[in-house]
Amino acid sequence: MRIVLEKREARSKTVTVLVPIISFVVSLMLGSIVLGLSGANPLSTYGFMFKGAFGTWIDFTETLVKAIPLLLTGLGVALAFKLRFWNIGAEGQFIWGAIGTSWVMVFWNFLPLPLLLPIGLVMGMVAGAMWAGIPAILKANWGVDETLTTLMLNYVAILFAEYLYYGPWRDPDGFGFPGTKRFPQEGWLPRFAGRAHYGLFLALAIAILLWFLLSKTRWGFEIKMIGKNQKAARCLGVSIEKSIVVTLLISGALAGLAGATEVAGISHRLQKGIDMGYGYTAIIIAWMAQLNPLACILVSILMAGLLVGGDQLQMMVGLPSSMGLVIQGLLLFPLLAGSVFTEYRLKIVRKVEA
Amino acid sequence: MQLITTLLAVTLSAGTSLLYATIGEIYTERSGILNLGVEGMMMMGALSAFAVSFYTGSLFLSLIVAMLVGGSLALLHAFLSISMRANQVVSGLSITLFGTGLASYLGQRLGPESNGFNLAGMTASNFQKIQIPFLGDIPILAAFFNQDVLTYMLFLIVPLSWYFMYRTKHGLSLRSVGENPRTASAMGISVAKVRYLYTVIGGMLVGLGGAHLTLAYTPGWSENVTGGRGWIVIALVIFAGWNPSRAVFGAVLFGGINAIQFRLQAAGTMIPASFLNMAPYVVTVVVLALMTIIGKKKKGKYSSPSALGNAFSIEDK
Repeated sequence: MRIVLEKREARSKTVTVLVPIISFVVSLMLGSIVLGLSGANPLSTYGFMFKGAFGTWIDFTETLVKAIPLLLTGLGVALAFKLRFWNIGAEGQFIWGAIGTSWVMVFWNFLPLPLLLPIGLVMGMVAGAMWAGIPAILKANWGVDETLTTLMLNYVAILFAEYLYYGPWRDPDGFGFPGTKRFPQEGWLPRFAGRAHYGLFLALAIAILLWFLLSKTRWGFEIKMIGKNQKAARCLGVSIEKSIVVTLLISGALAGLAGATEVAGISHRLQKGIDMGYGYTAIIIAWMAQLNPLACILVSILMAGLLVGGDQLQMMVGLPSSMGLVIQGLLLFPLLAGSVFTEYRLKIVRKVEA
Repeated sequence: MQLITTLLAVTLSAGTSLLYATIGEIYTERSGILNLGVEGMMMMGALSAFAVSFYTGSLFLSLIVAMLVGGSLALLHAFLSISMRANQVVSGLSITLFGTGLASYLGQRLGPESNGFNLAGMTASNFQKIQIPFLGDIPILAAFFNQDVLTYMLFLIVPLSWYFMYRTKHGLSLRSVGENPRTASAMGISVAKVRYLYTVIGGMLVGLGGAHLTLAYTPGWSENVTGGRGWIVIALVIFAGWNPSRAVFGAVLFGGINAIQFRLQAAGTMIPASFLNMAPYVVTVVVLALMTIIGKKKKGKYSSPSALGNAFSIEDK
């Protein structure tokens, strides 16, 4: 008697929905082992995390503050992953978005003040798109491995930002603080509750738009086609090279917009600490959401909750805030292990045929 | 002359962790499994080695634990990508995300109470440089013979790995599993078993690479101790054309960049530190692009194992 995997006739819809939910529960259970081993009570720790992230309206607005960049970068990553282009450079594209917006806000003094915000955000998107464009062109034209180029460029981006806020862009009146001058108030992205800003609605609108484009248009169909079967796509006359570059420019622009809204809505300057790791969490979000833009909304709020809850742990019980990262990291394992059951089922074979 | 010897010595020391991890990843990829979890495994290897050395003072035990930790994370990757047929890119990425997150958490939790449970800033016993008599006194050559035990071990591991892969029966079956699993399977080799084995061995070597960082190269624990080395390793495997002896050149090149960085920073140049620190990452992108473009023209010599990254099952048609 042995257990084998047997291919299902069609992808199971129920399993597709169930797997992420079960994965979340399993990763909490695995996380409790880590907590237990390091001498903390898992149940009360999770209670603190949940209360910290969703307990009061103010806590929830903080969760939304983190959900905005997570949703935007998550959408960008999901879009690239649909093409099977492994863009793990959302972090760098995010940072370039922040740089682009800050450039407009701090140095484009000639602009009429009401134009600062729109032009600033667009410049952030352009900068993010540019940073994603480099690996996209390398991949499309010469097949250069994108996982490495996108990842390496993250380090280059953060070091470049560091150079700017420690060097030529540093606020001369900032007493040596590593950051630019504060943006003019007219350029700030308005807030609607606590620190939560209108970037949230922008991100939600983009998620819906992206879902529509991917599921209802020819462009979306082509992307899915290329992701599933490059040869077939080529036979149908799809230009794979062009699709890679165009899609990645959009992917980078979304991550760039995340960086743009972060500086325009939250910090109001480019400063040390801009590399918050949202671009890496975005990978988990995209995969948890099974690359579906609408599902990304829910998942990014959940992930933001984990991060905010983790920060609260540090303040309330003195546990390292990276516990949030540990649980996030754990999330993908049951998800990856479980995904096989969307296309396969377990079958017990009593006798091995000769 | 003295300067060249010093630079070369630092280069070899900086390249040691890279070379361990690169050879480890070559074993893994030769079997057809792509493990992008190197950064995470290295981080966990670095943390666990330091923690064990801090509490027990035994360097030998530290290395064993670092290997076990690296090997276990690799085993997880093997289970997901071989048994559960998960996407290898995403599985490897999740090993990296989990490994770096867990190392950061444990680093702030495993330390002594007097230091706020933090391991950063603590000192533990570490590997000292051992000068080989006579050879260690010859100019230039001295750089090779004023190293720590882990670096000396590489003098054996590199040629043995090459010999194993290209001159033994086991090496042949390893390569055939990565090149053509169907044929290998028909010849009676258990593809899954070989892949599990070399993924775990690869992870153990990566763990050792991590241990060298915290116990020899820059003794002590800090959260960004690997600083993307795990990713540079993935690139070094490609530069080496999946050949353990050629991996030496890549490791020396990147070790050299580190050494020059140190030197320039110490000398206080006009170049801002940020740009100096960018060098390894920019060089990786440029060399990778060049290698890929050149590799296309000279097919064969530098190409990857054909089945790299693909799940395999006899039942598949």
